[in-house]
Parts: sequence; C-alpha cells; structure tokens
Amino acid sequence: MLEQLINGLTQGSVYALLALGFTIIFGTLRMVTFAHGEVFMGGAYVGLTLFTYLTPSLPLALLVAAVVTFIMGALIEIIAFRFLRNAPHFSSLLVTIGLSVILINLAQLIFGPETRSIPPALIEDLAFGEIQIFGFYVTYLQMAVLGVAIAMMVATYFFIEHTPIGLAIRATSQDHEAAYAMGVNVNRIFTLTFAVGSMMGGIAGVLIGLYYNVFYPTMGILLGIKAFSASVVGGLVSMPGAIIAGLTIGVIESFAVDFWNASYRHLVAFVFMIIILVIRPAGIMGKSGPMSGRGD
Amino acid sequence: MLKLTDVHTYYGHFHALKGISLEVGDGEIVSLLGGNACGKSTTMKSILGMVKAKQGTIEYDGRQISGLPPSDVVRAGISPVLERRRLFPELTVEENLTMGAYLRSDKAAIKADAEKMAELFPIVAERRKQLAGSLSGGEQQMVAMARALMASPRLLIMDEPSMGLSPKYVETVFEVIQDVNAKEGVAMLLVEQNANMALSIAARGYVLQTGEIVLSGSADELLNNPQMQKAYLGVA
Ligand SMILES: Nc1ncnc2c1ncn2[C@@H]1O[C@H](COP(=O)(O)OP(=O)(O)OP(=O)(O)O)[C@@H](O)[C@H]1O
Ligand SMILES: [Mg+2]
Repeated sequence: MLEQLINGLTQGSVYALLALGFTIIFGTLRMVTFAHGEVFMGGAYVGLTLFTYLTPSLPLALLVAAVVTFIMGALIEIIAFRFLRNAPHFSSLLVTIGLSVILINLAQLIFGPETRSIPPALIEDLAFGEIQIFGFYVTYLQMAVLGVAIAMMVATYFFIEHTPIGLAIRATSQDHEAAYAMGVNVNRIFTLTFAVGSMMGGIAGVLIGLYYNVFYPTMGILLGIKAFSASVVGGLVSMPGAIIAGLTIGVIESFAVDFWNASYRHLVAFVFMIIILVIRPAGIMGKSGPMSGRGD
Repeated sequence: MLKLTDVHTYYGHFHALKGISLEVGDGEIVSLLGGNACGKSTTMKSILGMVKAKQGTIEYDGRQISGLPPSDVVRAGISPVLERRRLFPELTVEENLTMGAYLRSDKAAIKADAEKMAELFPIVAERRKQLAGSLSGGEQQMVAMARALMASPRLLIMDEPSMGLSPKYVETVFEVIQDVNAKEGVAMLLVEQNANMALSIAARGYVLQTGEIVLSGSADELLNNPQMQKAYLGVA
C-alpha cells in the first residue's frame, strides 16, 4: 500500500513537473503549445545518449538536457509565437503541432524508430540500489526522481514568486500591454518563460526515461496530453493546481495498476480528469487569477 | 520639453491621428481634451511608442523619440498612467510599484522613492501587501499614479485619471496631480474628457476631434470660449 503510494508519487511528481511547465507557458503567453511532449521526448533522448555513450551520470544528464530543452523551447517560442504574434491563435497552435511532428521525425532519423533502452548494467546501481525508510524500501532512482522533481518545482516557485525576473513574468502574464508600457521587453519575457517551461519538460524527460528505461520517438505524445490535462484540471494558470493535479493523477494511476492491470492506468487517469472537470469545469484551482502562486 | 509636430498614426488603414501638433513645457500641466474615440489614447500611445507614428516628429528635450520602443521612452523620462489604470491585479500594491521602477537599477534611490510614494499616497502605505485588483477604483488610481512616478519621470502622461470615479474622488485625484506637479516639478500631459476639472488645474489645453486638434489655448481662454462651453463644458 505504502509502496504504491511511493510509486504513485514518484510518477506523479514527474507529471506535476511537466504540467507546471505547461502552466507557466500558458499562464504567461495565454497560448497552448502542442510540442511540450516532444520537448519532453528530446530531454529523454539526451539522457539516453549521455548515459549510453558518455557516462552514466544523472547530474550531467539533467544539466545537458536542461540546456538543450531550454534552447528548444526558446526556438519553438520564436518560430511558433513571436513570428505569429499578430496572426490568429489557430496559426500558432498549428505550428506547434507541426513542430511536434517534425521533432518526432527527427528523433526517428537520429535515434531510429525502434524502442531503445540504456544498457541495464549502466543504471543497475541507480535502479536497484535501495534504502530502507521507516520500514519500506525506496530505490535510489525513485528518490532521485522524486527529489529532482520536487527541487525543480520549489526552484520554479521561488523563481516566479521571489525574483525580479519572476515579478516581470507575473506582471506580463497579467497584463502584457501594461508591462510593455513600463518598459518590459515582453518578447524576451515570453521567450524566457517558454524556455524555462520547456526545460522543466526536458528534465521530466530524463527522469521518466531513466525510471522506465524505454525510449521511443512517440513517447512524448501521451505524456504531453497528460501534462496538458493535468494543467487543465489544475486550473490551467495555477501553479499549485498543476502540482496537485499531477501528483494526484500519478497516485491514482499507481493504485489502478495495483488493483486491476497496468493497461488500465491511462483509462483510469483520464476518467478521473474528466470527472473532476465535470464537477469543477474551471479546474481544481479554477478561480485563481493569472499565474497566481496563491491559488485562491 | 515634449513637442509633437504633425503626427499621423494609423491602425491598419484607419487614419486615427491626422497631424497632431502639441507642446508641453518644463514643469507644465497641459490637458488634452476630447470626446470618445477622438484619438486621445492614440496620441498617448504614439508618444510612448506603443503604436508607431507613421509621419511627423515627436521630440523630447530636443531629441527624436518617435520610433523608439516604450522602454527607451520611459528611460528618457516619460512615464504613463494608462487608461483604466491597468494595475497588475494579482500583484500586491508594493509589487506594482516595483514594476513601475522596472528600468531603474539604483536600488537605494528606488527605495527612497517608494517611501516618498507612501507619504504622497496614504493608500500605498496602508495597503502595501494587498492585491491591487482588490482595491476600489479610486484607490487603484492613486496606486497607478504612484507606480508611474516610480519610474522617476520628468513628464507624466495620464489617460483619463478621473474615469469611473465618484466626484469626491475625482477632486482628490486632481488635488494629488497638482500636488505632485508643485512638489516634484513633474510636468503633466493630462488626457481627459472631464474638461472642467482638467482645465481647472492645467495651464493650457488642446481639444481633439476625430484625430485633429480643433482648438487650443490657455486654460482661461478655453474656459471662456463659447464653442468650448457648448460642446465640452456643459454651459448652456
Ligand atoms: N488597436 C486599435 N485598432 C484599431 N482601431 C483602433 C485601435 N485603437 C483605437 N482605435 C480606433 O482609433 C480611434 C481613436 O481611439 P482612441 O482610443 O485613441 O480614442 P480616445 O479618444 O482615447 O477615446 P476614449 O475617450 O473612448 O478613450 C477610435 O475610432 C478607435 O476605434
Ligand atoms: Mg482613450
């Protein structure tokens, strides 16, 4: 029972991280990106490549994936949003869909269409080494995933709520024209926010990639949808909402796997999200304003 | 200090400003009057660089500022109070003021200015940690002025500060405008529909009609102009 909870929280913390990235992006640009899952996939493949061909170091993989997906995010924002700032919203949406298809194809070209994994010997220590806490076992990998995801969420919260750039991001998310009139370089804030949100997706990719040790070009599709859904369930612009929704979905999935069968997990996750949205159409934290950390 | 010469601004094909010329002198209060949709806000946005003037020149302290983005215009010393106040609703009063000083890096001076705002506007001191969106309209107007002043401007452009306020609050707002002008020497370009009020504190005024200046002069001249009395001052 407790084990299921730990499994669920581990998985859920990554959903939460992905959903948080999505929420920051939507909260600021007021635009949906459909390439978030592919940024996640990109981060995962960075992890695969570094572990397999360079050195099995988690910090290094996280760092490189962070840099790569930060740049990916900045480029996606510039191509899909900045270039189309005055175009109808649909155009940007379509371009992000196009970019996600291009990214999947690129991954097929570079890494092959087949499912790949890191040679088990290289992650043995991480995956099977375990420690006992309060009488139950947690693997190093679970601790690492949970720890990194939580650290990233705390760091993001601090960045948005307690730094001067975070203040400019919040101001821009609430009224970008007024922010522009105060001298804020709104374009730069949009690109930066998108890059930071994408970086969180990339880090989630490394974590999930290592956790399950399966990598394939379309691995981001379902997770992208799930992150989007978790973000919507959380209220779409609420950071605490995204985190709570992500964690809850992870835990529910984990119990579903335990009680029924692993193949029902997505079904259970989406049924849960649909129920929440029927009960609270604006999401768990639906009433909260733009990019609010207070979530009330 | 500010001089517009034959400024034309378009929204797409729509010719919103058809050759505006006006001047604001050092430390002067000048009002720009006119009814709905005549181009008052567009004039203000053209000065700020939020929309580009297609033709004509905008000079500030003898320097061309037309074509510059708002960041450069604000840095040069012009700060806006936007129409409908436009505070960041989910930021606290204090955070809104910090955003007003966004382009400044002189920490000590910013802090000193924030304290000065707290003296000038009691509401700023009382509601430091309150979300700006939860203030009343009049209170928000005060905070909006404080935020604009945090940029340490020499010219404040205000778009309809009296809009939507009760008569009592309108008076307070205009008193504060006069006060800031007298104490800090900040020049004001006051965009208003409330001509009576605006001319009671302004030295001069311009009257805008469908993108053109149709009348200008000292406040007294305008107050006594029969055309003006009929159209804008509500004198029978
Ligand atoms: N972004 C825009 N796109 C197209 N037309 C615009 C835009 N902004 C303003 N206009 C038009 O330009 C004209 C002048 O508008 P402006 O906002 O400058 O008027 P105003 O004098 O400030 O009016 P009000 O007193 O209602 O605030 C109006 O006809 C308006 O419809
Ligand atoms: Mg206006």
